[in-house]
Order: sequence, then C-alpha cells, then structure tokens
Amino acid sequence: MNCRSEVLEVSVEGRQVEEAMLAVLHTVLLHRSTGKFHYKKEGTYSIGTVGTQDVDCDFIDFTYVRVSSDELDRALRKDALRNSGGDGLGQMSLEFYQKKKSRWPFSDECIPWEVWTVKVHVVALATEQERQICREKVGEKLCEKVINIVEVMNRHEYLPKMPMQSEVDNVFDTGLRDVQPYLYKISFQITDALGTSVTTTMRRLIKDTLAL
Amino acid sequence: METDINSQDRKDLDKFIKFFALKTVQVIVQARLGEKICTRSSSSPTGSDWFNLAIKDIPEVTHEAKKALAGQLPAIGRSMCVEISLKTSEGDSMELEIWCLEMNEKCDKEIKISYTVYNRLSLLLKSLLAITRVTPAYRLSRKQGHEYVILYRIYFGEVQLNGLGEGFQTVRVGTVGTPMGTITLSCAYRINLAFMSTRQFERTPPIMGIIIDHFVDRPYPSSSPMHPCNYRTTGEDTGVTYPSVEDSQEVCTTSFSTSPPSQLSSSRLSYQPAALGVGSADLAYPVVFAAGLNTTHPHQLMVPGKEGGVPLAPNQPAHGAQADQERLATYTPSDGAHCAATPSSEDTETVSNSSEGRASPHDVLETIFARKVGAFVNKPINQVTLTSLDIPFAMFAPKNLELEDADPMGSLHSDGSSGGSSGNTHDDFVMIDFKPAFSKDDILPMDLGTFYREFQNPPQLSSLSIDIGAQSMAEDLDSLPEKLAVHEKNVREFDAFVETLQ
Repeated sequence: MNCRSEVLEVSVEGRQVEEAMLAVLHTVLLHRSTGKFHYKKEGTYSIGTVGTQDVDCDFIDFTYVRVSSDELDRALRKDALRNSGGDGLGQMSLEFYQKKKSRWPFSDECIPWEVWTVKVHVVALATEQERQICREKVGEKLCEKVINIVEVMNRHEYLPKMPMQSEVDNVFDTGLRDVQPYLYKISFQITDALGTSVTTTMRRLIKDTLAL
Repeated sequence: METDINSQDRKDLDKFIKFFALKTVQVIVQARLGEKICTRSSSSPTGSDWFNLAIKDIPEVTHEAKKALAGQLPAIGRSMCVEISLKTSEGDSMELEIWCLEMNEKCDKEIKISYTVYNRLSLLLKSLLAITRVTPAYRLSRKQGHEYVILYRIYFGEVQLNGLGEGFQTVRVGTVGTPMGTITLSCAYRINLAFMSTRQFERTPPIMGIIIDHFVDRPYPSSSPMHPCNYRTTGEDTGVTYPSVEDSQEVCTTSFSTSPPSQLSSSRLSYQPAALGVGSADLAYPVVFAAGLNTTHPHQLMVPGKEGGVPLAPNQPAHGAQADQERLATYTPSDGAHCAATPSSEDTETVSNSSEGRASPHDVLETIFARKVGAFVNKPINQVTLTSLDIPFAMFAPKNLELEDADPMGSLHSDGSSGGSSGNTHDDFVMIDFKPAFSKDDILPMDLGTFYREFQNPPQLSSLSIDIGAQSMAEDLDSLPEKLAVHEKNVREFDAFVETLQ
C-alpha cells in the first residue's frame, strides 16, 4: 500500500501564516477525527459524538470549521506557531500513520498512509491597501484549498481498518479526552529567503567538515 | 438495480438516507443563519446524535424538510434541493445557491450498510460543514441585516438551476456508494452577483429608512406562499408549535463490531423514541434578528446604474412538486442590539462620490456607490460607479422630501470624487450603506452619518482658485505699505509680546 500524498500551496503575509496553517490542519483533522471509541463485549464498540465550531480568522477573510476540542486546538497551535514568522518558504507536513508492533529489540514501525504537505510562501507587503487585497485573496485561496481537501477526503481511498481494542493505539490517538483523531505527526521544513533550506545547509556543513 | 440486499439492510439504508437528508438541511440552513455555530463534543455516545456528529435540530427546519420530502426519499430522478436566496428590504430577491442531494444509478453492491455507508455519510456531513463556509453565500449571510436577509426553501423533485444566473459554478461535496445507488451532494452557486432591480425606474424609499418592524410587515405578495419564518422560543405571539418530531430525535444506538465484515451480525440499530427536548431546549435562538449591517464589508446588494440594466422578471420560484414555503432563516443576538459598525481602514473606500456629474432632480433614483465588489464577483471591477443620490440625504433633511426640491446638501454630490476609487461596469453595482463609526442607528435628522456626508466634500477654498488668488495678490501688494505703517506703530506691543514668550 502506497502512502497517499497531497500538496497544497499558499502565499500569505507574515501575520497570516498561523491562521492559514491552522485552517488547513483543522479542516483535514475534522475529516480524520472520530468520537471516542467505547469498546463493549463481543468486540463491538460505540462511538462518541464530535462537535464542531466555526472559527473566524482575524487576518484573513475566511472562516473554517474545526472539531470542538480545545486540546486538539492547543496541540495544533503549538505546532503552527513553530513555523510562523520570517520571510521565505516554509513547508509543513501533516502525516497520518499507523504503528506496527515489532519484536524486541526493534522499535515500533510508523507506517504513513496519508501525508498532507502545505507549502507556505511568505510575502512582505508595504501598504495597507495591499494588505487588504491580500486578506481577500488569501481567503479565496483557502476556500479553494478546503474544496481540494474535501475532494480528496471523499475519494474514499485507503483508511486503516477499525482496530480491536488492543490495537486502537496503533491507529488512533487516544490521548485526547473528547475526540479521537487518527495518529498524526506534524513536521516542518523552513527555507530562508535565499532559497536554501536549513537542513540542506546543515548537511552541507557537516559534509564539508568531514571532507577536510 | 435491486440487489440481494436483505430487508434489514434495506430498512437501515432507508433510515440512514432519511436522517442524512434531514441533517444536510440542518447544516445548510444553520450555516446561513448569519452566526457562528458551535456544538460540543461528547466522549460518550449520547444516543441521539446521528452520524456521531453534534448537529442540533431546529424543529422548524426539520418540519419544513419533512414536509418537502413527504415521506419520500431522494432517489434517482428525485432530488432534495435546498435553495438559498437573498431578499432585500425593497423586496427584490436573488437566488444564491442550490444544494442538491441526489441519487444516481451507480450501485456498490459489496458495501456494508451499517458500517461503511454510515461512516461515509458521517464524513460527507463533515465535508458539508466545511464547504458551507467557503461558498460566497456564507459571507453574505454573516452580514445580513436590515438591508437584506437570507432565505431558504426546500423542494423535492427536479433541480432548478435557472435562477442562478449565467456562469454559475458547482462544487461537489462528496459521494457515497450504496447498494441502491450513489448518493451525491453538491452545490451550484451564483458567481455573478449583479442584481437587476425590478424597481429600477421607480422612486423607492431609501434603504436607510427601513426600520425595526420590517419583519412584522409581511413583505411578500399574498399570491406567494412564502412567508418569513422566524425561529421563536416558546411564548411568542404566533403560538405556532411544531409537532414534537420524535422520529427525528430517535435514539440512534449504533454499535460497530471489529469482527471481519463477513461475520457481521451484531451491528444493528436500535431505536428508542425520545422526547424532543434535546434540540430546542438547548438552542438559544431568540426571535427576529436584527444584526446590524457591517459596512466595512460591502459584499452586498448590487443594482444597476442608469446606463444599463433590464428589469428582471419577478423571480417567484415555482418549482418542485413539493415545493413551496420560502423561509426566512433568522437569528438575532439575544439582547436585540444592533451590531455596531466596525470602523476600519476599509471605511475610507466604501463610499465614493462619482465624478460623473450631478444627478438632476428628475433623474431616476440611481444606485449607490461602492467601491469594491466582493471576492466572488465574476467581473473585475475597477472603476467607480454611480451617480449621486439625493434621496437618502433628503430623508434626513426635514424640508426636502421631494426630489424636485433643491438639495441643501448638493455640495455633497458635486464633482470631485474622493480619490481614485474603483467603479463598475455598467451593470454591476454594489450598494452599500455608510454607517460611520460609533453612530447610533437612529432616525433623527442630522445624525452623525449626515454630518459626515455633508462635510465629506467641502467646496474648494476660494483662495486656492487661480483667478481669485491672482486678484488677491495684487490687492495684497497694494495694501502692503499701509499694513507696514500700522505694524510700525505697534512695535512696542509686539516686542512686549515677544518678551512674554521667552
């Protein structure tokens, strides 16, 4: 089974980065979260209820829907903040994965089954009028992104099989109190304005050092 | 078409489709009430939340949906449609979008009803929640107020897209395959928000004159079955109570099994009728809404200017076998207060007086201004529109209620537009209402708004005009010697004054 990969690109002003990323993250996680599972006898389980709420962006003419879970929101904000600020190109990856138990001494394997990559290009604007236009344009762009996300979600492609009680932690993040998203992790790659990524710079430095 | 779906699965599927249709309508209508929606997650299954989603049921909306469905289900050739339209305080209306729940012939015979279909319907509802916030009508609905309201209408049968104008766009929310066919949910929405007023050549009272009791007067013609539909809490004068819709609140105790699908035998739904109380008691929707219109976002009504426009045929929709009631989805802040207009940098751009010349008193009532047309308007709008408008200002000047009278605020409409605003092509106009910051929405003459307008375009200083400047220059030179003589006499006073400053 190949990992499904989707790429979204947005150009935003510096102060819009956090909201744009949260909008995308929450829209994806809205579709990739269920209610809490409650297992009963005979392998059956019931599912809790997922609430939703509208979020108005302050710097973008846009409203998105997120799961009503403050814990999840806090976790995502912490991640989104790491990538905000600065000019240049940033890339965030939201990866859904399954854990596969391995025997000792090997650690559990994380097998991604869906990766969402959001490329954020940060621009600097000079005038208030440009900022106003940017508010609207970015709002429209995010509307398109939501439509793209929904289109992918409704292809009904691979989803992990519903797990038995013993394996639920291999598929879902059961640490939240009110909802249960699929296991996910978020990673960042920041490129400065010159177009060189931090990791490639580090790699080059190390290579050069070793070459001496 | 009929597969070997057993009767229990068939019953379950029908039930799922029915409640999916009802929840779809709730999501769409609630997204157009003009307020942010918030529901809580619950870690334990409540038993009354279909598709494991907390979507509240507005009883009136459920009632309308059931009336439209009349016991039928969306099937091939029979779609359930929710039409969202905009209606101005002048009575003009425009369809904004049509949401369609359809079924086509493509069957998925292998799919499991009470597991896969149910979960996919849940996913589709989540997608609907997301998509209802990204179509153009959402932003319009968040700003509905005195000048326009958003209405909904549910009908069953053939989809009617004629009212959406040219070049409407469609977005597919999603599909779910079932053994009886594929359920498809989509939205067709208007792109061109240019609005043809049927009253183009009539004098109409200014928008700002419409007030608080707008919704008490039934603006709809008696021939139409439409009437505003306010969601009211108990105790209101209409006394309309909708039958307790027990079946819409049927407890849905859904158990799933982790057994392999072929051995699935224990996942059945159990239904227990429950009292309605859950939905309406929790809702805090007070009565008639009166959210003030925020002028900082003039994505509003457009009316044509004098150069173009053909009167639009009255658009009384007459579709659908089960059609009919057009409902006003209303909402109000619980304290009934108007929302204060929020000033922002956009205010400076919202009102511009065109330099196209003064409107003569005999000109028809033209449209009003606007600078920017919203994000979803098709045509790029780059020039300032419209001609000046006497009526609204005359409204506030007690003596001048007639167009023919001299307009004491004529200076407002003189040439000299406030710098470089954008305008429209001849048939795309946006009308906005200028509400100055911190002003009250009262009807007193000479309120703050009038003050702003009156003094927004002051006449040019006479000393700056070339001719007068030239004359005064000559006079100044002549009078110089006299002035110098006077100043020399008062030298001591000047010196004393200078010393006090030191």
